[in-house]
Amino acid sequence: MSRATKAGAIRAILVFALLLALPFVFTDHWIVNIAFFGLMFAVLAVAWNLIGGYAGYIWLGSIAFFGLGAYALAITFQHVPLTSGYLPFFALIPIGIAIGIVSIPLALLLLRVRAATFAVVSLAVLFVAEIFAFNLDGLTGGPQGLGMALPPFVVTTFERPFYLAMLVLLAAVMFCSWYLAKSKFGLMLFAIKGDEDRARGLGVRTTTVKVIAFALCCGFTGMAGGLWAYYITWIYPQFAMDPNTMFAIILMTYLGGKGTLWGPVLGAFLLAPAKEYFAYTLGGSAFYLIAYAALFLLVMFFLPRGVVPTVADFLARHRRRAAVLASGPRPAGEQVA
Amino acid sequence: MHLLIYGCILGILLGGVYGLMASGLALVWGIMRVLNIAQAVCVILGSYLAFTAFTVLHVDPMLAVLPISVVMFVFGVGIYYAFLRPIRRDRESLSILVTYAIAIGIEGALGLIYTTSLQHTGTSYATQSFEVGGFQIPTVELYAFLISVAILGLLALMLQRTRLGRALRAATQNPTAARLLGVDIDRVSAVGFGIGISTAAAAGAVYGMIYSFNPNSHYDLIGILLAIVVLGGFGSMRGAIVAALILGVIASVVFIYWPLWANLSFFGVVVVVLLFRPQGLWGVPNWATQ
Amino acid sequence: MSTVLSIRGLIAGYGWGDILHGVDLDVEVGSITCIIGPNGAGKSTLLKTISGLLAARSGDIMFEGRSIVGCTPTSVLSLGIGHVPQDRSLFPLMSVWDNLLMGGYILKDQALVRRRADEVAEMFPIVKERRHERAGALSGGQQKAVEIARSLMLQPKVVLMDELSMGLDPKSRHLAFDTVVRLNRAGRTVLMVEQNARAGLAIADHGAVMEAGTVKLEGSGKSLLDDQEVARLYLGRIDGSALSEGSTA
Repeated sequence: MSRATKAGAIRAILVFALLLALPFVFTDHWIVNIAFFGLMFAVLAVAWNLIGGYAGYIWLGSIAFFGLGAYALAITFQHVPLTSGYLPFFALIPIGIAIGIVSIPLALLLLRVRAATFAVVSLAVLFVAEIFAFNLDGLTGGPQGLGMALPPFVVTTFERPFYLAMLVLLAAVMFCSWYLAKSKFGLMLFAIKGDEDRARGLGVRTTTVKVIAFALCCGFTGMAGGLWAYYITWIYPQFAMDPNTMFAIILMTYLGGKGTLWGPVLGAFLLAPAKEYFAYTLGGSAFYLIAYAALFLLVMFFLPRGVVPTVADFLARHRRRAAVLASGPRPAGEQVA
Repeated sequence: MHLLIYGCILGILLGGVYGLMASGLALVWGIMRVLNIAQAVCVILGSYLAFTAFTVLHVDPMLAVLPISVVMFVFGVGIYYAFLRPIRRDRESLSILVTYAIAIGIEGALGLIYTTSLQHTGTSYATQSFEVGGFQIPTVELYAFLISVAILGLLALMLQRTRLGRALRAATQNPTAARLLGVDIDRVSAVGFGIGISTAAAAGAVYGMIYSFNPNSHYDLIGILLAIVVLGGFGSMRGAIVAALILGVIASVVFIYWPLWANLSFFGVVVVVLLFRPQGLWGVPNWATQ
Repeated sequence: MSTVLSIRGLIAGYGWGDILHGVDLDVEVGSITCIIGPNGAGKSTLLKTISGLLAARSGDIMFEGRSIVGCTPTSVLSLGIGHVPQDRSLFPLMSVWDNLLMGGYILKDQALVRRRADEVAEMFPIVKERRHERAGALSGGQQKAVEIARSLMLQPKVVLMDELSMGLDPKSRHLAFDTVVRLNRAGRTVLMVEQNARAGLAIADHGAVMEAGTVKLEGSGKSLLDDQEVARLYLGRIDGSALSEGSTA
């Protein structure tokens, strides 16, 4: 194991240990609740980053799969008795796999176009999903929403199982993201982002690569949606497939640093609590939208590359300068690029 | 059969208004490769301005179209210089996110001023209709269609016959060559964006006479406008107008038989386009794939 | 003869690197000057820097005695330097006539623009015949003719022509060079860059060889054509021995 990998592994273990300890240290309902949403957005952002960050596709339909997962779980447990409170957690696994498989034909259709056209048709996916959720009321309950059986967990630590389940999901999606980035596969995605035609010319099977990233993104997003549905127990189409949530995920990814491993997680942890806080204090009102828009523009203009790459650059420069100082005057002819 | 023809008539009337909204979107895309997600919220903003002019100043929305267009042109130019010009890198993707933020910012501001309850510009002729060959044509939809067609005609004339129009087209087709001939791309982009926003608002002024709206309405509308642009081919104004008429007719007919699914017809068409002709009706093939 | 365009120590480039490393060149009034040289020598970059598309990093460009370094493309154009770029520069969906009118874009007086367009159209039959057609529908040679016609709308003193013959069939190429000679006789100074070195030098009064961002060699068009060294390195095959030597270089 190289030094960098070892440092990365230690960092990951440290972060996950802290996150694991959190609900046992802070037992207030509101803290664990906000932390749950932080984790949920981290999962969503890391999953979106697979296609949006690594491959550079602005994928605006991701939240439709969140809703799909939510409805899949809710509808399943309308027919299956909730014999154990933990049953839905395990049900998420087949649901995630099924959604991933279902997304493949869609990916083959959508990935025929790129850039802005892709963004538009992916937004169309979101709108279509929303129309179905509203109109298929025999299945989804339509605008009245769809309820699930209440999770039979003790009230004092009600949020804890959901939190831990989401943490497991985060670990899984992070592992996929890390594995993809370090493998040959990640290199291919970066090549697609740089110049897709050239990548194809060099023999990268661009479609296969993109479809795999797409299916993973949809599968994990769907699982997060299912868990969310179980947690809040009553889902409405406009919340299960909210365009604002979609753009929030993208904003988090950009804020943290798109195309990086930890960027989306950091962005989610920074913004999700702020989102919950403002939604609570400003009540989803007009002020909330204005604050959100202002924050969005600030990130786009002042931190377009995101926190993680900016800080990494700063540290690298700092380290290089320290190394230069330590080694004394540089021999003539050597240039720092 | 009667119902079907009636649906087509209403569809064409509505399609003309959508055509005006979407042509600005296509124009802006053509000139600067910016996909303006805020186009629909500017339509709603136009509706509110006409609503205010009508309720407070008692000005008919059809007269208010002109001042609203002028004000919104300036607004559009301001937005271009403040938020779009600074995007130098990766403009195509970033502009989607930036204009989305502008859209929700305007939505929030409208919510502050007008609250989120539904409004409607209820002119005296809003409920009137007249009969042609057995079809009841709502007066206001006909007026809205005629105004939209008139504005589109002026726009086309400007693009074809004037120095500015030539510069706008030149910048769309070959920006480098246009620069070499002395066209200030920045200024032309600002003007183009201003025109895009002002046509959106003009369409909004008449739209508010036909439909009820609230600050939230732009989500549904932007889906429709984007579908039109995809079908017409990105950056083609002619394509946008034809696509708007086609989709207007399809949606109206679907509405008559299955009212809940009318909006789905827009996206259904997008999927079909994507399968058979990714560049849209008038698009240049490589625009869709690059 | 006097100098109309005088370039001294010009350095320019894109991004981090320089492409021009100190170019010196004089262009005489009423001449045809042809720049030849291998790919990447900086020939097109030189023209782009003159016309203001690319900023000079150092050095000077004097046009009729005044420095035009730092001028925008618009002001270079209005001073009297036209530029026919290398790649296709017509607006493909606009009519031939509208393309021509775009050549006079910086003129505010529309009546004058129309008058000029009529004058230019007299010199280029293709423009007159196919004025209502979309420019993109014309053949490569015809498009070049329209581009040249368009560059004359402002009655420039100097016309920069970048790779005029590129992608043209032999007949159109011949016509294009003919056009250059014709407008030169009508009093315009031409500074051209030519990949097709032999044909370019043949019509040029003055020739310059560029390599690696500097002018390596200058002389009259004829003297460069006759120069053994130039012939061996830049004009391609003369005889068998030169070919084998050239290909190993």
